[in-house]
Formats: sequence, C-alpha cells, structure tokens
Amino acid sequence: MNTLYKRLLGGKSGLTNLVVLAVLLLLVLPLSLDIFRLNLVGKYLTFAFVALGLVLLWGKAGVLSLGQGVFFGLGGYCMAMFLKLEASDPVSTKIQSTPGIPDFMDWNQFTHLPAFWVPFRHLPFSLCAVIALPVLVAGVVGFAMFRRRVGGVYFAIITQALALLLSLGIDGNQGYTGGRNGITDLRTLWGWDIRSNSAQYTLYFATCALLIMLIMAGQWLLSGKMGKLLNAMRDREDRVRFSGYDVSAIKVFIFCLAAGLSGLGGALFVLQVGFISPSLVGIIPSIEMVIFAAVGGRSSLYGAVYGALVVNTAKSLFSESLPQLWLFLMGGLFIAVVVLFPNGLAGAWELGKRKAGPLLEKIKSRRRILLPDAPLVSAFEQEKS
Amino acid sequence: MIANTNTQLALSDLTVSFDGFKAVDGLNLSIEKDELRVIIGPNGAGKTTVLDLICGKTRPTRGSVKFNNRELVGLAEHEIVRAGVGRKFQTPSIYENLSVYENLEVSFPRGRSVFGCLSFTDTPDVTERIQRVAEEIYLKDHLEVEGAVLSHGQKQWLEIGMLLMQEPRLLMLDEPVAGMGPAEREQTAELLNRICKGRCILIIEHDMEFVSRIAHKVTVLHLGKILAEGSMEQVQNDPQVIEVYLGH
Amino acid sequence: MWNGIGRSRRKHLVNNPTKTIPMSQYSASELWSIFIMQGFSGLSLFSVLLLMALGLAIIFGQMGVVNLAHGEFMALGAYVVYLCSEVVHNHFPALVPFYFIIAIVIAFFTAALVGLLVEWSLIRFLYRRPLDTLLATWGLSLIMQQTFRSVFGAREVTPALPEWLMGSFKPTDSIDIPINGVFVMGLTLCLTAAVWLFMYRSRIGLHMRATVQNRVMSGAVGINTQWVDRFTFCLGCGIAGVAGAAFTTIGSTGPDSGSRYIVDTFLVVVFGGTTSLMGTIASAFGIAQGQSISGFFLEGTMGKVAILLTIIIVLMIRPKGLFASKLRS
Repeated sequence: MNTLYKRLLGGKSGLTNLVVLAVLLLLVLPLSLDIFRLNLVGKYLTFAFVALGLVLLWGKAGVLSLGQGVFFGLGGYCMAMFLKLEASDPVSTKIQSTPGIPDFMDWNQFTHLPAFWVPFRHLPFSLCAVIALPVLVAGVVGFAMFRRRVGGVYFAIITQALALLLSLGIDGNQGYTGGRNGITDLRTLWGWDIRSNSAQYTLYFATCALLIMLIMAGQWLLSGKMGKLLNAMRDREDRVRFSGYDVSAIKVFIFCLAAGLSGLGGALFVLQVGFISPSLVGIIPSIEMVIFAAVGGRSSLYGAVYGALVVNTAKSLFSESLPQLWLFLMGGLFIAVVVLFPNGLAGAWELGKRKAGPLLEKIKSRRRILLPDAPLVSAFEQEKS
Repeated sequence: MIANTNTQLALSDLTVSFDGFKAVDGLNLSIEKDELRVIIGPNGAGKTTVLDLICGKTRPTRGSVKFNNRELVGLAEHEIVRAGVGRKFQTPSIYENLSVYENLEVSFPRGRSVFGCLSFTDTPDVTERIQRVAEEIYLKDHLEVEGAVLSHGQKQWLEIGMLLMQEPRLLMLDEPVAGMGPAEREQTAELLNRICKGRCILIIEHDMEFVSRIAHKVTVLHLGKILAEGSMEQVQNDPQVIEVYLGH
Repeated sequence: MWNGIGRSRRKHLVNNPTKTIPMSQYSASELWSIFIMQGFSGLSLFSVLLLMALGLAIIFGQMGVVNLAHGEFMALGAYVVYLCSEVVHNHFPALVPFYFIIAIVIAFFTAALVGLLVEWSLIRFLYRRPLDTLLATWGLSLIMQQTFRSVFGAREVTPALPEWLMGSFKPTDSIDIPINGVFVMGLTLCLTAAVWLFMYRSRIGLHMRATVQNRVMSGAVGINTQWVDRFTFCLGCGIAGVAGAAFTTIGSTGPDSGSRYIVDTFLVVVFGGTTSLMGTIASAFGIAQGQSISGFFLEGTMGKVAILLTIIIVLMIRPKGLFASKLRS
C-alpha cells in the first residue's frame, strides 16, 4: 500500500499537488465561473492532454516533437466524423441533393459516403480510432525514425513536415474532410445533446477526471524503472544502449503514448467545442502546444496543466484587447521560457517552496524571541480583570 | 585457424575502412577464458576501433567476431550486450542524475524490454547483487550518493560496477585508469585481478606499469595490424615494438 | 504563361478551376510547352529555395543552429528593398533605374546586421542546446512578424520594379519566359558560386570549416571561434536577405511571407544532406521542380502534399539526406 501511495501519488509533495489541482478544477473553477467560461477552461484542459504527452516525450525522454497537432487532429477528426454522421441522418438532411451525407460532401456534389467514412458510423469503432489511429501513425513514424537514430533537430523538423502535410491534405480536400472550415455543426453523441448546459458540465468534469487519472498514471510510470531509464536516456543514450536496452523501442513507446494522449485530447476538444478544423493540426498549433508544456515546466506533469491554462487564458485575454501586443508577448514567452525560465511554472513553484520554508521558520522563531513568556491572556483582558 | 576449446573471443580477418583508410586491417586475435588481455599501441593504432567493432558500434568491412562460437557481426548493440559483452568507455559514462544505487539498478539485466521496464520491481535478488557489486567496486558506503558528485576514479569504478551487474562474459575496458592517482590505480589493479575469474577481460591502456601489474598477455597494435603479442617482458623487449614506440 | 496552351483549354481551366485536365488529354507539343514553362516557374521557385537553403545550410549545416526565424530574415530583405524603392521614387527619381542592385546590397547588409544583433543577444547562449534554439528562434520569428505587421501594415507590398526587369522574352511562339525569373536565377547562380568560392577558397572560409569540424583544435591554433560563429550566422542571414530581395521580383511581400517557405527550406537542407553544397543545390532543384510540375497536374495544394509525402518517406529511409557522405560516427 505504501509503495502504491508513493508510486501513484508521488509521495507527500505529489499528494499536495494533486489535492491543489483537484480542488482548483473540481471545486473552485466550477463554482466561480459561468458555464461559458467553464467551457473555455474545458477547452484549455484538452490541450493539457497534449502537454502531458510532451512532458513525457520531451521533458523526460528528451525527444522534441513539433507535430503533436497531427495526433490531436487525428483523434479530433475521428470523433468529429462520428458526430457529423450522426448529425447527418437522412431526416435532418432531407433538403440536400443527397440526403444522409454531411453537408460539405453535398456541396462538393458527392453522391455517396467515401469508403473511409463508413466505419465511423459506429461509436465503438470511432472511440477506438480516437486513440488507435494516432498511436498507429506515431508507431510507424517513430519506428522509421528512431531505429535509424534520427533524433534531435532532424526529428523535430520531420514532425513539422508531417503537421504541414496533414493540414494541407485536409485543407485541400474539402469534399472528403470538410476542408478549411473543418467539420462543424455537431449536435448529439448517440442521442445525447452535447450542446446543452448540462452536457457541457458533464463533459467538463469528465475531462478533469480523465486528466487527473492520467497524471497519476504518468506518475506511476515515472516512479518506476521507466522513469529512471528515461532520465538515463536523456543523459547518456549510448550507455543505456550498451547496457542492453533497445533504446529505439522505448522511444517509440513514449512517442505512441504521447500520441494517444493527444488524440484523446482532440476528441474531448471536439465534444466540448463542437468542431475541428485544420487550424488545430498544422505547424503553428503544434508549436503552441509545445509552449504549454514549456511554460509549465517541461518535465513536470502538473506543470503541463497549469502551463496550458495560463498560456491559453493569456491568449484569450490579450488577443481580444490587444492583438498586436499578443504576438510580441508570445514570441517573448518562447524566448523567456528557453533562456530565463527553463523550469517554467513548476520551477518557480519549487523555488517558492524552498524560499518559503526557511522564511516561515524565521517568522516562527522571531515570535518566540519577541514573546518568550507571552502571557496566556491578552493585555486587554488583563486590564479588565 | 583451429580454435582452442578454451577460446571465448575470436577475431578473424577483421577489417574496417573509412573512405579508404584502413583503421583495422586483417586482424586475427583470440582471447581465452579467465584471461586478462591488454592491447597497447601508439595513438591511431586502431585500439578503440577494435572495441567498437566487437561491441557493434561500428560495422566491419570484412571479417568476423565470434564470441562463444556465436557470430557478433551484424547484431544490434543491445543484442551484443545481451549476449554477454560489456563495454566501458574512455570517459566515464555513468548516469549523473541518478544515485549509485540507481545506476546499478538500471544496469540489472532484467526488464530491458519496454514491458519489462514498466513491470520491474526491486526484488531481493536485485538488491543482493547491487550490494555485492557495490562492495567489489569500493562504493558500498556511497549507495545514496548522486553520480555527478563522485570523484573521477569513483565514476570509473561505478561504470565497471554497472557492467558487472550484467554478469558479462567479456568485459572490455577503454583506459580504465586514465586520470587516476596511484592509490586508485592500486585499487583498480586489485579489482581487475579479482573479477577476471570466470570471464575474459580486454583492456586498452597506456600506463605500462599498470599493464605489467595486471596483464596475462599483451597485444601490440600498430596501424591496424598486430605488431607483437606475448607476455609483458616479451613485448617490451621486442625490437619492432621498441622502434615503433621510440619512433624515428 | 498561358500562351502555350490552346484557347479552348485555357477557357476550360478558367471556368472550372477545380477540375484539372488529365495529362493524357494534352497534345505532345502542348505538354512540351507546359513542361518548359512549368519548368521555368519551377526554376524561380528553385532560385528562392536555393537562396534560402544556402543561408540555412550555412547556419544549420555548419553550426548546427536551427534558425526558425530564417524566413523572417528573408522577409526583412524584401521589406528593405521595398523601403529603398519608396525612398528613391519619392526623393531621388533620377536613381530609379539603378536603385535595385544597390537595394539588394543594402538588403544583404541589413539582414546581416540584424543577424549580428540576434546572435549576440540570443543565439550565442544556446549553442549547445539545439532544441531550445529551435523554440527561441520560433519566438523570434513571431516577434519579427509582428514588427513587420506593425511597421508596414498587414497588407502585402511590392517595390516598384525597374523597367528592365519587366516583361518577358519569347524564344518561340508558345514559350514565354519572364525576365525577372531569369534575373533571379542569374543572381542565385552568382551568389552560389560566390559562397562556394568563399567557403572553399578563402582564408575565412577555411576558418569557418575548421571551427565546425574541430572547435577545440581551432581555438587552440588561435582561431577566434566566437567571432567565426558570429560571422557564420551573419553570413547566413545576409544571404537570406538577398533571397528576400530576389523574392520581390516574383511575388509580393507580407508579414508572413517568411513562414510560407521556412518548412520547405528546412526540408531542402535536410533532404540534400546538410554537409554538402551540391546536395543542397540538387535537393532544391528537385523539390522545386517536383512541386511545380506536380502542382500543375494535381489539384491545388495536393501537388505540394505529394512532394512533401515523398520527401518524408525518403527521409525515413535515408535520414541523413540523399547526399550525406559516410563519416566515421
């Protein structure tokens, strides 16, 4: 029991982090924000899934991927395809020239559903695809790259190219994918109206719960041999290889894990926000997802959540009021987080705790010095009696 | 070449060329069980390359490396390690962010696949071996110390310890006493003499005094070929070796 | 550019932009004309890509520094030419026919100077951390883009090109070659030759190559490696500036023009093998032509997608690029 506590929760400090996050997400925010804003927070939390994957992949294993948008998008599109097909039943689409297919296909004069859309009529398949498809793609790409010792910058550029490839591919095929506008006008998930307030609350809490569980799973993963190995790999990959480990297999595993997490985030995004488009798949969103992890402290699981929340909140605030300033700030943020604050918010938190500790001690000892024989009754009460 | 039944490692006609330059040229070498062989030679003779070829870091252009009658050429590095070959690098290559205990733990030869890593737990046999090896490498009281904090000599020992955890049959050490003071050299010589029971050790070294203390047999390499081979005295008195080392 | 294609075909393409005609329906001579003209438009793309890739190959291939803001240096060069154009046309009309060449030179030095500033204030702290350099230079590119937007506005601008760059010449009736394309190509060839001469035949080039191959030894023999790095970075940025200047002859410039070509440029460098100049040239040529020709026959962006896919697959098989030499690892 003790080891389970240690491994899942990360000991005493881990428990504190968990409680703080849980209270924030499950109590403070739902009580203080209206449903519209809470839904926004839910959206930001779906990006935290991607950031979580990046913490494992980049922060721990040292592999930078600038294409996580690909996996976010794949998961999102799988969910969106299911929801779109459900919303495009022959009854509601009877004004189309071809009823029963999504509207954008109708606009492109399609007469029937393309083959690869057909399996997405079924919820179990779609749910599996949300995770399986990103994992499969990551597996193929990862296997090809890591086996050949492609790492570092080369790998990052190739993931960028992949992100570009997918976003262009989606963009240029409006009939098959909804094109630049993406897949919109999603209504129900197996009959349950996802646009209603109660649904949004449910989805929000579901997202939070999943996130917290995955963080604990991540801690379990990192507290065992895998965590030490990732640390060792980042430090001295050669030595790990010469200790008999198949380094490329481990990297593929972590890459697939990060991809699966991103895919899940994408699906939750679609459920909460109600659409998906190539603007969430390409180079720019993929690099932004990296900044969420970086701001949080690239090797901190909890940091990933806070990083995603902080950056996205700032983005909303600034791009409404001062859009010109926002890009400057974001650019500056990238530079600052690399040059000045490599450990991000998590680092600041640790620093704060370390400084606060002796400070608290100092305050306590000061009081003892000033009031060595402090009377048990206050002076006022003494006067009274 | 008729292989002695006691031969553990046999290099035959081993050659590697980089863009025309032959770093190792038609090398024939064999090491027996319980033997401690030292390879010496001037810089550029190809010594480190020989180790690279055996452990799979570099692929030979020609020739074979047979270990316990198993061909090593063509296998991936981690497969060669799992076959029982351990290599220590020239500069101490330990995990700086992990403690001595964790360094040794990670080197334990179980749970090396992805699934194995995830499900690995510290069973008593692991702890027992860690304690045993730590004692061998003089780090028994330093188990909780972080790798980065160790002295240079202690890092070298830790790396040897990490290899010992794998219970290798062939141990290859590249300049194990480089940067060590005389007391540490003494301890290292003792350590090496202790651990060559039941396995064979191949060492590259420059310190002749150290070599004479530990070597069972010495091979002199020059320009990728063997110049002389024999006991330390034989090699030291070989006129060709003297000429190559003292130069012209 | 449409001249070589028959009237009826042209009309069909204008009326149905999304429906391309399969290759089989063109006559042989039409196909030939198409190839030549697409080839030339591909050559313009090739020139821009090569100029960008040259600068990047010097910085990335030589120093291992990934500058994601490289595209913005190109845009900087383009904007400098635009500024020169405005100044000359409003204040020194007599200089109009001559200003362009001078503007290119100014673009080179401006970009190099900004590069110097960037290297001094940011890059030199990040040499051993390539992934961090990637992120920091991305931030830099955002800042530069926003600066362009704030200073020059979000709309695209074009400098007034001198007379001698306009128009085209027609070797035959059906082939129409624009002069600005030829100019850009000529500029590219000159610059490539200059870079090659500089790197392989000059003393400074020797210092640069020495520092890259063995930094410690170079320092030990008295080469000031810090200044060599700085110089290398500036040179790469300067070349990007020239690329931008050349770019103004074939397209207009907006704040995000730089980001349009950056991924392609990196792929060119990686695909060609970062150690080889010939590799970069061949790779730029192949990719530009591939994109241009396939873009004609496949719908819209699918041409680019096809080429991207091909590059990625090739890189998965040969990650070090097509022309990387076999080095001792």
